[in-house]
Amino acid sequence: MTNLSYLAVLAFILLATAWLEVVLRTRVYQRWRRLLLTLIVPVVVFVVWDLYAIAAGHWDFDPNSTTGMVVLGSLPLEELLFFIVIPIASILSLEAVRSVKGWPVGDEQTLDGQSGGER
Amino acid sequence: MSYTQLAILGVILAIVIDLFVARTRLITRRAFWVPYAIIVLFQLLTNGVLTGFSIVTYDGQFIIGDSTPVEGPPPFIGGGRIAFAPVEDLMFGFALILLSLVIWVWLGRRGVQRTPFAGPPIWRRRSEDSAST
Repeated sequence: MTNLSYLAVLAFILLATAWLEVVLRTRVYQRWRRLLLTLIVPVVVFVVWDLYAIAAGHWDFDPNSTTGMVVLGSLPLEELLFFIVIPIASILSLEAVRSVKGWPVGDEQTLDGQSGGER
Repeated sequence: MSYTQLAILGVILAIVIDLFVARTRLITRRAFWVPYAIIVLFQLLTNGVLTGFSIVTYDGQFIIGDSTPVEGPPPFIGGGRIAFAPVEDLMFGFALILLSLVIWVWLGRRGVQRTPFAGPPIWRRRSEDSAST
């Protein structure tokens, strides 16, 4: 294991899901403003949880498997990236299944019942 | 609070947000559970790497299972662990995934880049797929 181990896992997750955007036309990265807005909520909530867990001693990180770069005092950079990478991979998976199966997800209509929408 | 308590709370809060706050009701849809089943398999794989190689370590005081040993990997299964990771990680992951998807769908319903919809896959012609999206 090297200092890049954790980052390599994150890179694998990004690469293992990126093809969905092209082959299944998930259009998640294409809708990047919606994606960025989405990320705010899980990033804030789980960074707070993570900071608490680190302070309380729930978990810790191997200094030999992480870069050592830290944000917000005690949060390894990898953990912050985790809360960006996992939501992206999850949304890509959701949209990939929708692309193939066509099952309703809940945003087929706007709240006021209109089927149109901005592109 | 322990990780166990927080993880249970996280799952409950994510479900409450889905059903009663954002009202996206994703957990009532197969369009959520099928992707979740795929995601959880990859979670077991990638989190298995993070926990099996002790990149992330846990204190037994705060989880159902024992602390990550100083030497060697934790149990692969049993002792409160699945694929090296504490079972709490599955709840943590569920909360993270559900919350993320709820916000994504909620924003779409609010008209934030609701379209273009996903699909069709490149092997399908647009005309034959238009009915399913």
